[in-house]
Amino acid sequence: MPLDASYHAKSFKSVGTRPLRPDGIDKVTGRAKYGADHNMPGHLVGLILRSPHAHAKIKRIDISKAEKLAGVKAVLTAADLPDLTNGDQGMFDILDNCMARTKVFYDGHAVAAVAAVDMATAKQALKLIKVDYQVLPHVTDVDEAVKPKAPLLHEKCFTEGGESKPKNPSNVAKITEFGHGDVEKGFAEADIVIERNFKTEQTHQGYIEPHACVASVSPDGTGELWVCTQGHFVYRNHCAMLLGMDVSKLRVTSSEIGGGFGGKTHVWMEPVALALSRKANRPVKIVMTREEVFRASGPTSATSIDVKIGIRKDGTITAGKAELRYASGPYLSMWGELGAMTSFACYDLKNVKTRGYEVLVNRPKSAAYRAPSAPMAAFAVESVIDELAKRIGKDPLEVRIQNAAKQGTRSSYGPVYGPIGIGPTLEAARKHPHMKAPLGKNQGRGYACGFWFNFGGQTCTDVNVGPDGTVTLTVGTVDVGGSRASLALCVAEELGIPYDQVKCTVADTGALGHNDMTDGSRGTFSSSMAGIFAARNTIEVLKERAAKMWEIPVSDVAWENGHAKAVGSKYGNLAPLSLKEIAAAAGNTGGPVAGHAEIVADGAGVSFATHICDVEVDPETGRSRVVRYTVIQDAGKAVHPTYVEGQYQGGAAQGIGWALNEEYIYGKDGRLQNPGFLDYRIPVCSDLPMIDTQILEIPNPNHPYGVRGVGETSIVPPIAAIANAVSNAFGVRMTHVPMSPPRVLKALEAAKKTKKA
Amino acid sequence: MQYAAPETTKAAVSLLAKAKGSAYVLAGGSDLLVRMKGGFIEPDLVVDIKRIKAMREVKKTASGFTIGAAVPCAELGENKALLKAWPGVVEAANLIGSKQVQGRCTMSGNLCNASPAADSVPALVAAGAKAVIQGPKGKRAVPVEQVPIGPGKTSLKKGELVESLVLPARKPRSGDAYLRFIPRSEMDIAVVSAAVNLSLDAKGVITDARVSLGAVAPTVLLVAAAARAIIGTKLDAAALDKLGAAASAACRPIDDKRGTIEFRTKVAAVLAQRAAKIAYQRAGGK
Repeated sequence: MPLDASYHAKSFKSVGTRPLRPDGIDKVTGRAKYGADHNMPGHLVGLILRSPHAHAKIKRIDISKAEKLAGVKAVLTAADLPDLTNGDQGMFDILDNCMARTKVFYDGHAVAAVAAVDMATAKQALKLIKVDYQVLPHVTDVDEAVKPKAPLLHEKCFTEGGESKPKNPSNVAKITEFGHGDVEKGFAEADIVIERNFKTEQTHQGYIEPHACVASVSPDGTGELWVCTQGHFVYRNHCAMLLGMDVSKLRVTSSEIGGGFGGKTHVWMEPVALALSRKANRPVKIVMTREEVFRASGPTSATSIDVKIGIRKDGTITAGKAELRYASGPYLSMWGELGAMTSFACYDLKNVKTRGYEVLVNRPKSAAYRAPSAPMAAFAVESVIDELAKRIGKDPLEVRIQNAAKQGTRSSYGPVYGPIGIGPTLEAARKHPHMKAPLGKNQGRGYACGFWFNFGGQTCTDVNVGPDGTVTLTVGTVDVGGSRASLALCVAEELGIPYDQVKCTVADTGALGHNDMTDGSRGTFSSSMAGIFAARNTIEVLKERAAKMWEIPVSDVAWENGHAKAVGSKYGNLAPLSLKEIAAAAGNTGGPVAGHAEIVADGAGVSFATHICDVEVDPETGRSRVVRYTVIQDAGKAVHPTYVEGQYQGGAAQGIGWALNEEYIYGKDGRLQNPGFLDYRIPVCSDLPMIDTQILEIPNPNHPYGVRGVGETSIVPPIAAIANAVSNAFGVRMTHVPMSPPRVLKALEAAKKTKKA
Repeated sequence: MQYAAPETTKAAVSLLAKAKGSAYVLAGGSDLLVRMKGGFIEPDLVVDIKRIKAMREVKKTASGFTIGAAVPCAELGENKALLKAWPGVVEAANLIGSKQVQGRCTMSGNLCNASPAADSVPALVAAGAKAVIQGPKGKRAVPVEQVPIGPGKTSLKKGELVESLVLPARKPRSGDAYLRFIPRSEMDIAVVSAAVNLSLDAKGVITDARVSLGAVAPTVLLVAAAARAIIGTKLDAAALDKLGAAASAACRPIDDKRGTIEFRTKVAAVLAQRAAKIAYQRAGGK
């Protein structure tokens, strides 16, 4: 039966309620099993030797002494991970990042690994590995890296996508361009044009749980991997390819996850653990230290962005242009491209042009971080819009409302929008009491908008009805933000039964077909769609069983409120059959009752938010404190509003850290100086105000319940909103993030001097 | 590695004096264990002093307070007499790490870890505290500012350890205060810090003062010029200006991941002024 994904307005019984989180008790009592909590009989301790150099040729690796140490069961180098990627550059880069082959590209790059009977032996073995490096000049700064004489990471890197084919290699791996209209004409029509450069430093997702896995490869060619990940199916596919295993013979189980935010969408040491296990013929457990997480997982890009925007005195933005340079670590990715796509997505512009640059630097490979690339682009664009509004004497919020994209707007990155939430979030901001609250001494208010695409993708789920009529929903998308509760709510809704009759489980890769990762805010959007379809298929089976029990044609059976009902007056006295009753009889009517769905979830609705924040700045120390913060965001339909609010607050909290203090600090030697939570300063609880949230529900036409992804957009506006607030507190425009106290104090002192002069 | 938990100071001294290789004293362990786990040090001997009874006590005497080397900072906050006499010292000790860390960490450990950014040390220096040191050659007492001699280095000789810290008895109309600058609100390390301890006469004029700065030099500084700037004043605007200038002038900081020379030099003045105002108020000045 064809399944209809389109939205139909309805009143909900389960969806929109706030049941207690199903994973809560296990998590607060310590019973929940995270990556490092899994053990296998006789497992070895795996450790990775990492490069102390930012850029060097590997001349020779001598593992002979380490191999001879008693208790060492395997020592591994790139030679044990032959290239099986068959010309797939992206997979080769993953392989090279997991274990450096000819060169190390950053401080922390893996060069060898050991598996030993215990931690002390493994540590000793690492010290016995001798690596002979030829140290090369390095470059860690994104603006330095694009200069013609910068140290070159890859001698064969010729820029893709530029106007002409370059003669010389460079660190610019790719340029992508978006937009429409004629920006130069647009600037000519403007009364005021502002052009500025903005810089953001590199930040890490800062998930509390470090990467951890236990790998076991048997001599018969089968393997198991227990791992903390956002996508165990993708980990399976990647690991199988890199190790030359059959996909179906590697079973991957995802643990509970202590945060991912995009950083666990990528394999780091998992292929190494499998290769060590294969070599040692024993299970191997690897748990990264916090230092390893910072040095060698995937933080987001440092950026340098040039923005130029023109405005007329009546508030119409006439043109917008941006050149966005995103550091991508040593390998090509699409971070500049995503920045270029998202930068002007909130606005309805006649003339817009953006160019994204993928810049290679001697830093760890950049990975996704919650709406990857969008926060930095929003910081640049929203700052200039704020400044332009002030220059023409208009309220920055009104200017945004005036220029907001709406249904039918051709977006800056190409597609034409359907029903969207940018206008409504701005209108809600205008009416919000926060806007009228008085500001205290040394305080400034800022607002900013944000956009994220959201994603759907491949999804596969099962609904199984137990003999007692309770229902198991089996999904393949890892629960990173409360999806198990939300998915169970949707299936309960569709089946017409209470929420507590449905249990949602994340299955291992042996139980379901391929599922894409929990990324792109797709977990609840796509798995709820598949879950609803699986429930609809289950209902068809339930109706058939009821027809059998009643001995009437199935066409005369309807499903209402969790019961089969015989339709028509001829069955007048037939009492409805509950799901429980049908389940109890299943053994005699055809066996277990189940429904299945496999889909590509298309039509993930785009998502918009507007944030308002008040910041107090100590003019003598440059220290900024967020005193009030409000998030207004479109959820399409909030399936479990508490979790949705949690996503809004979480994104804002991470954005506050990014805006104020978080940054990778490299020394002149190219080594990371702050690989720990003492000096990489994520906010602590007392740094944050209670973050207010307002959920708007503009239904996504492409989901049965109108659901949109909600996980990522909330991190897009904060940097810009806070920068605008800090800038407004003293009238000094902040263009470099994080706005750490030394940077703010310097800017304030410089402004004082300018005023005096 | 050998671990020993002697029950007397004498036994601890003997173990340390006889140790071959590297020997460390373990009090709360909030620095030592972190450095061991991080692989920065591999001790041959660790001497745990927490079972030495005399080192677990805070004693009030006619000449002031004696704080045993193994007394965790959290206990200081619960000692009402100490809190009343030396609020600045106690607030400094209760800023170290987190609540959990404060249940373990000690001021003597903070002193002997010899970090210029140590929170309790500027407050102890401003207070004029002395460290009582026991060693193979007997007991000696030195001003606390003489214990650290550089980042991670102390003047303690082989076999010596700090047994206790002594805070002097309080004159009437005295107050002290400690402030540190951190970008966050807690669980952080001082980028720059300042402590001020002062006494007033009956008219509210400052008669004695000690000003100390942290994280602006290889060791915590006692800044005599800053103290002179406010002695004989009622902490008026001119005195505060001079105090700030003297504090900034004393700074010899570095640029590092936590802050810049420029920032530390400026903020040292701000914190010294703010701490002086608090200390003045605590002393009863208006």
